[in-house]
Amino acid sequence: MGKTWNNKAWFMVLPAFIVVALSAIIPMMTVVNYSVQDTFGNNEFFWAGTDWFKEVLASERFWGALGRNFAFSVIILLIEIPLGVFIALNMPRKGWTVSLCLVVMAMPLLIPWNVVGTIFLLILRTDIGLVGYAIDSLGIPFRYVGNPRDAWITVVAMDVWHWTSLVALLAYAGLVSIPDAYYQAARIDGASRFSVFRYIQLPKMKRVLLIAFLLRFMDSFMIYTEPFVATGGGPGTSTTFLSVDLVKIAVGQFDLGPAAAMSIIYFLIILLLSWIFYTVMTRNDENA
Amino acid sequence: MLELVNVSKVVGGQTHIHPTNLTLERGSLNVLLGPTLAGKTSLLRLMAGLDKPTTGEVRFDGKDVTGVPVQQRNVAMVYQQFINYPSMTVYANIASPLRVSGANSADIDREVRKVAELMRLTPYLDRLPLSLSGGQQQRTALARAIVKKASLVLLDEPLANLDYKLREEMREELPKIFAASGSIFVYATTEPSEALLLGGNTATMHEGRVSQFGKTVAVYRNPRDLVTARTFSDPPINTHSAVKEGKHFVLLEKEAGGKGKPVKITLAVPAHLAGIADGPVTLGLQPHHLSLDEPYAKAPSLKVKTQVSEIAGSESFVHVLFGDKRWVMLEHGVRNIDPGLDIDIYLDTRHLMAFGPDGMALAGQAG
Amino acid sequence: MARINLDHIRHAYGIRPSAPHDYALREVHHEWADGGAYALLGPSGCGKTTLLNIISGLVRPSEGHILFDGKDVTHLSTEERNIAQVFQFPVVYDTMTVYDNLAFPLRNRKVPEDLVATRVKHILEMLELTDRADKKARGLTADQKQKISLGRGLVRSDVNAILFDEPLTVIDPHLKWVLRSQLKQLHRQSNYTMVYVTHDQTEALTFADKVVVMYDGQIVQIGTPAELFEKPKHTFVGYFIGSPGMNVFPVDVEGRKVRIGDATLDVGFAPKIGAGQKAELGIRPEFMDIGRKGMPLSIRKVEDIGRQKIVRAELAGQAVSIVVKEGADIPADPHVTFRDEGINIYADSWRVGREA
Repeated sequence: MGKTWNNKAWFMVLPAFIVVALSAIIPMMTVVNYSVQDTFGNNEFFWAGTDWFKEVLASERFWGALGRNFAFSVIILLIEIPLGVFIALNMPRKGWTVSLCLVVMAMPLLIPWNVVGTIFLLILRTDIGLVGYAIDSLGIPFRYVGNPRDAWITVVAMDVWHWTSLVALLAYAGLVSIPDAYYQAARIDGASRFSVFRYIQLPKMKRVLLIAFLLRFMDSFMIYTEPFVATGGGPGTSTTFLSVDLVKIAVGQFDLGPAAAMSIIYFLIILLLSWIFYTVMTRNDENA
Repeated sequence: MLELVNVSKVVGGQTHIHPTNLTLERGSLNVLLGPTLAGKTSLLRLMAGLDKPTTGEVRFDGKDVTGVPVQQRNVAMVYQQFINYPSMTVYANIASPLRVSGANSADIDREVRKVAELMRLTPYLDRLPLSLSGGQQQRTALARAIVKKASLVLLDEPLANLDYKLREEMREELPKIFAASGSIFVYATTEPSEALLLGGNTATMHEGRVSQFGKTVAVYRNPRDLVTARTFSDPPINTHSAVKEGKHFVLLEKEAGGKGKPVKITLAVPAHLAGIADGPVTLGLQPHHLSLDEPYAKAPSLKVKTQVSEIAGSESFVHVLFGDKRWVMLEHGVRNIDPGLDIDIYLDTRHLMAFGPDGMALAGQAG
Repeated sequence: MARINLDHIRHAYGIRPSAPHDYALREVHHEWADGGAYALLGPSGCGKTTLLNIISGLVRPSEGHILFDGKDVTHLSTEERNIAQVFQFPVVYDTMTVYDNLAFPLRNRKVPEDLVATRVKHILEMLELTDRADKKARGLTADQKQKISLGRGLVRSDVNAILFDEPLTVIDPHLKWVLRSQLKQLHRQSNYTMVYVTHDQTEALTFADKVVVMYDGQIVQIGTPAELFEKPKHTFVGYFIGSPGMNVFPVDVEGRKVRIGDATLDVGFAPKIGAGQKAELGIRPEFMDIGRKGMPLSIRKVEDIGRQKIVRAELAGQAVSIVVKEGADIPADPHVTFRDEGINIYADSWRVGREA
């Protein structure tokens, strides 16, 4: 079916275009500019070519951070997607509890990243934090500042707490769009609870889950605030993710060249991965 | 007067509408008849100005309006779904196009009440659309289209979502309502019987082409080609290939049930087809020209095997097998015939149609 | 396969029904034969869907019992009743093949795989879907999907009844023909008890041996298509079955004589009309002949609908529709006569027969 044909529509999009140009394209060009030059201040620039890129790609520090990024994304996806789907499956479909549920679920999503970090730090305190006190009383040594494993648990817990409800809400939207007749038919066919999930609910949720997956992947890959607030990237480099490292290099050490090269590599990785996920998952969709 | 001159529509390399010429007169009712995906909706959108044609011109009263978007044309549309403003009363719904055009409230009130009376909506003016029956909701949507006094009113299968009894009543009412207006009405439908009940003109559509345009009954009785004949028959027209040899059509067919050797069956050429040349033809006969009872003395008959009978209240459709071809005949009243019987059926060959190998109708068809 | 007994069933959606009008379904008390094809026909809101849901177990009736083969199933769930249902919109398992869709109900019931194969192959043939067995179900057209929904019921041998809820709604008119007659043949081949809900008379009359016409929460007539056409028990049946519907005139009855406007007809029997009851005469458009004799008629419009003509006219101050043949002549000074076999007399909308 054709679209309504009207040239004026372009004027409507123009402001958005200008904003995007100012906020994304121009800074990006600046970054590209930094990544191929060297500077010692005073606005003096020297052509550095691909040197910064070579340096970044050769550094263990970069690969270590990249590895941690992947590990983090995989872990939170493995937790949040199944957990979100599970919550959605158990949410009510009718009555006043629906709105209550939706409001409660939406609450974490409204809290800014750094506040989430602060909340967790408070909760985990052994003197006034509920969870921290409980763990401490049980005699379990839990020290996110000193122990890398505990630091990871803290950061992952923050993300899961913060974002699982997004997955759950998206999955729920997919679930409620399934007509009642499907459930009735499945009952008549004698389908088990699992079959209903496998052959009706999962196929119908596929599209929204793809979106949830992409959103959560890209977002988690850009993780910054939580480790910055909670662990500061430590102990050691155990929670130093690419973004954390990037800020350290750029702002802490003022090495603009390597930092710029790194952010471009970082950007390209995200772009590439998103594209791969998207094509693989949509192709699946067509073949099925 | 709305003219389409060589209008076509190609989307992404796919031709939705082949170059089409059509002239619709002011005050006329025009039916676009064809199966789903025949291009009815595409053509309506081109007429409305919702889409711009790939080639050709759309003229209104002689003026080229090809590039003029729908907002600037005086067009109203009614869809299969009942589209009304759910939070407004029926009155406010009907009044909405007039409010937009900035008429004064006394005029609006008069017009709304007039149209509501015509559409038999007066008792429901204070109700919300969703509290009404489907028929009343669709009448509200129609009233909105009519009150606008649009020069062109497009209706895309407006009765498809109604119960058949309501549909029957609306079909009877609509031509009166249309006649009282003065706009050009274009009415898309998939159902031949709907076209016939509405009357007016009909353009039969098939695969993005208008195969014939003319007075509805004339198109039905004298289809120009096989495609039109097929589009304009429900149940489908019965066809069979034959060869004209002098005064006879020779049909090669295995008798009743398709068993055994093919048998030559001859059929006298009726007077109205005497003029056509010898050679291969496709014969066509509408279901109501086949019957269980002799329609006139010495009407030709054929042996067939019965299949299911379908009963449509006042009429019955008896499906039969002639050889391995499935034919349908229409009988008045309830005729429930057991399947699997060998019976004789009669052909009213006064209404026989013949089409050449190219699918075009041969000679003048009977009226 | 089962005989279905509807034992004094009533249903109200509100809590405490007091008047007959509070019931979505007024008293229904019938027995439906094993292997029969029944259609529930009526306009929207007549209670037909409520009745279907009571049979399928989605709705528990406020009063009365439902029995399958004499066994009370009123309090059993849908699954426990062993019924199959085809819905308005086709329900298929998109990610499965056509074959797996049909095998699904059997596999869920732990039927051995070799038996599954024979059953499914048989049904695939019956539905003319054999060549699509290995295709994914999502690529199919609406009519093929609907056949699969039906097939999942047919494939089971333990089914008590197959219920259809307006199954042809999303099917193209040209394909409705095919599917309708296939359904009828499938019923003949399978001998399942089938209940078909529709508001479309053609679907109901074609499919069913017995049509159950419902109006305003009650069953007004159960009969064969011929009975519904020739002897409508209620004026609503006359109106609802047939297009155009039956013409109904208010009349005065005196013995065998019936006065309609200025004319008097002898109906051959003395209809029993109680005191204060409204007497009416019903006659279908097909049983009226236009000629030079009979009652004077003023014609408003003649609609040529191809296979026949519908004459819209006025008789005794009332609008009537009359069906005439394709080539028939209509005289300049038209009169109309009624054929005896088409005349029905009604007292307060219910038919009074010769036998009464």
